[in-house]
Amino acid sequence: MSDAVERRNSYLDAPYGVAAWLLTKDHKRIAILYLISITIFFAVGGMFAAGIRLELLTPKGDLWTPDLYNKLFTLHGVVMIFFFLIPSIPATMGNFLIPIMCGAKDLAFPRINLLSWYIYVVGAIVTLAAVFSGGLDTGWTFYTPYSSVSSQSAVTTAAIGVFITGFSSILTGLNFIVTVHRMRAPGLTWFRLPLFVWAQYATSLVMILGTPVIAITVLLVVAERSLHLGFFDPARGGDPVLFQHLFWFYSHPAVYIMILPGMGVMSELVSAVSRKQVFGYSFVAFSSLAIAILGFLVWGHHLFVSSQSIYAGLVFSIITMLVAVPSAVKTFNWAATMYKGSVTWESPTWWVVGFMGLFTIGGLTGLFLAAMGMDIHLTDTYFVVAHFHYIMVGGAIMAYMGGLHFWWPKMIGKLYNDNAAKASAVLVFVGFNLTFFPQFILGYMGMPRRYHAYPDEFQVLNVLSSAGSSILALGYVLPAFYLTYSIFKGQRAPANPWGAAGLEWTIPSPPPTFNFDEEVVVTEPAYNYKPATEVHVG
Amino acid sequence: MSTSFPLFPPNASSVATEVDLLYLFITAISAFFVVVVAALVVIFAVKFRRRHPAEVGADIHGSLALELTWTFIPFVLAMIMFFWGADLFYRLARPPADSMEVFVVGKQWMWKVQHPEGVREINELHVPVGRNVRLTLGSEDVLHDYSIPAFRVKMDVVPGKLTTMWFKATVPGTYHLFCAEYCGTKHSGMIGQIYAMEPQAYEAWLAGGSGGPAVPPAQAGEKLFTGPNYACSTCHKADGKGPAPRLAGVYGSQVELADGRKVLADDNYVRESIMVPSAKVVKGFQPIMPPFQGVIAEEQVIQLIAYIKSLKADGPAQ
Repeated sequence: MSDAVERRNSYLDAPYGVAAWLLTKDHKRIAILYLISITIFFAVGGMFAAGIRLELLTPKGDLWTPDLYNKLFTLHGVVMIFFFLIPSIPATMGNFLIPIMCGAKDLAFPRINLLSWYIYVVGAIVTLAAVFSGGLDTGWTFYTPYSSVSSQSAVTTAAIGVFITGFSSILTGLNFIVTVHRMRAPGLTWFRLPLFVWAQYATSLVMILGTPVIAITVLLVVAERSLHLGFFDPARGGDPVLFQHLFWFYSHPAVYIMILPGMGVMSELVSAVSRKQVFGYSFVAFSSLAIAILGFLVWGHHLFVSSQSIYAGLVFSIITMLVAVPSAVKTFNWAATMYKGSVTWESPTWWVVGFMGLFTIGGLTGLFLAAMGMDIHLTDTYFVVAHFHYIMVGGAIMAYMGGLHFWWPKMIGKLYNDNAAKASAVLVFVGFNLTFFPQFILGYMGMPRRYHAYPDEFQVLNVLSSAGSSILALGYVLPAFYLTYSIFKGQRAPANPWGAAGLEWTIPSPPPTFNFDEEVVVTEPAYNYKPATEVHVG
Repeated sequence: MSTSFPLFPPNASSVATEVDLLYLFITAISAFFVVVVAALVVIFAVKFRRRHPAEVGADIHGSLALELTWTFIPFVLAMIMFFWGADLFYRLARPPADSMEVFVVGKQWMWKVQHPEGVREINELHVPVGRNVRLTLGSEDVLHDYSIPAFRVKMDVVPGKLTTMWFKATVPGTYHLFCAEYCGTKHSGMIGQIYAMEPQAYEAWLAGGSGGPAVPPAQAGEKLFTGPNYACSTCHKADGKGPAPRLAGVYGSQVELADGRKVLADDNYVRESIMVPSAKVVKGFQPIMPPFQGVIAEEQVIQLIAYIKSLKADGPAQ
């Protein structure tokens, strides 16, 4: 196939024009729309974080007013969680790859896929309207009765923004589940699916089952705020702890919405950079489902000191401890995958190694918080902040960056500067640890979260953290340059630049509009890095 | 700016060492696994690096023995952490019966404290070392959290109910008090000091009377009970002949309700029965008491509860 023919067939080429992109039903173009949108929000959320770290350089609250500081950390959380992390991997790589990995021409419902992007955009605009009409100062957790009674900020607008965005999640999850069930190519059995698809499937279940609960919960806050109905405000007969149950019933599983897709990316990357079958395929696959299911039964570990019953707390604690098991299973299987592999030292490996280190620390520090007697001292301190950043940034975003670098040649059809990418991975790893590791110590020292000013003895660690965040920022800004540069000046990518297994590497880079020229028939397991004669399942 | 930083907060309560031990235990386990995973990944990445462009990895699919090993070992370690943490929590969640009781009310953005002898303080708490202290916590507005890192204890202060926490200070000194649950604009200003004092020094401080004449909470509660504002005693008569139940001996007993249920008359039962009396109507009585929700301050409710608690069944009723 000549270059000219390949270009004409690519999904990136015809039809051109803004309208063609904004009305596209192509899952790959929608993935690009999402990629652009979430990148903007990543930058916005990052700027809020910069505001936080600048204030915390000094013990006194001397840079921003208390109200502005409270709005900065609230909006950092809201933007990063609802508008970057939750859609990040599913809406970009999930959208782009699930149909291709299933051997299909598109998702099951292409129009609904486009609709989910528009819903995301509308939700984002409404939330931005809240930012510009007074901001939001409730914390991303919207705890009542502060959010429903006391706060003077634009809680109603922001809550409606989050409510709307939830539908985008639900529709994406629905689309993925139906696609995985109904659109797999002949011969592509469940146990031949790439583990990325398994992880996305588990994530989609959580999205569909959990998101309606947060939607209802924020609506109840709006109803209490504007109609003065009593749900959570004790002065009106409500119960503030009820809000915490409802909120975390979604928001704990939401942690798995953020990390499970990252685990899926890791399974693909570890296998590809080692050119080796994922060790213990079925254990890795089922551990995703185990995490998704157990993830729904642990929300009460956020409420150990909330006056929740001791006995409820005991149940939540033990189930939370159980989540450690499938997470450990995955980590060891990834490490074992590299054993006797053919491990490349190209940039995706650097992100993989970074993820393994940071995610392991993030997971293990969850054990401190799951142990109830320990959690009393640590909850609501910087230890918690450090822990969830290790999971969400060290885990989910590290995997997102790794996936982006791994599939970039496929998605865009261009090669980027691999050395620049390695430098970025190193900067992120070093900057991240310098930013967040001191926060574990701060937390054990007792520094509470969401503090605009703090006692002098916490300053050294806070300065370290702020210094680290500038390195971290550099690590994230760098890819914006070399990836953008690659779009215009990069070398054209071959169909399979990594020598990786997987249906997406059998088609041209970038893929043609309908992905496959002929119907796909799958005759071998995933990650089949050997002569394709033997069929092995599991 | 100081250039050193400690790794632990002061160790000043009876549980601090236990909490630190659990922390060190989990830290050691975590450090072990981080080192193992990091070593495996780095060693494999170096040892099995790609030697020529077309090379593929060995044909290995998995190992049931290994899967069971790395399922079982983390499971056992997690269960040890669960039981250790649960045991500690169970003890921390239940104040010993001999505790001295101090009342704390949080409001945006200050802590109001009243000692059993009636002494009041704001944003400070003086306690004797060597004695179990139970805090009964109420909120006048939004969620707060009473956190004393040096004692390794913390408890949410929840509007609409009373919560409790306890500690036994062991080392005299001045320690941080933080509000640990976000409560609005001046959340980070809702801080104060805990003064742990030798018992004699504490007694001297109590007698020092910095905050005017000290009226013990139960006495203040009695005034509210019989006074003209709320006039509780017009119906809750000492001889039980009024239209409302006699309250002597009620606290701590099982109360039979009109719907047949039996409930324990604890702080939150009494609080609710003042704020929203219709929620739990005592058997044999009509729901005629007006609700005091929004009428009475949290601090006064706590004083009324202290008074009702002081009424013994066989003692003089009022």
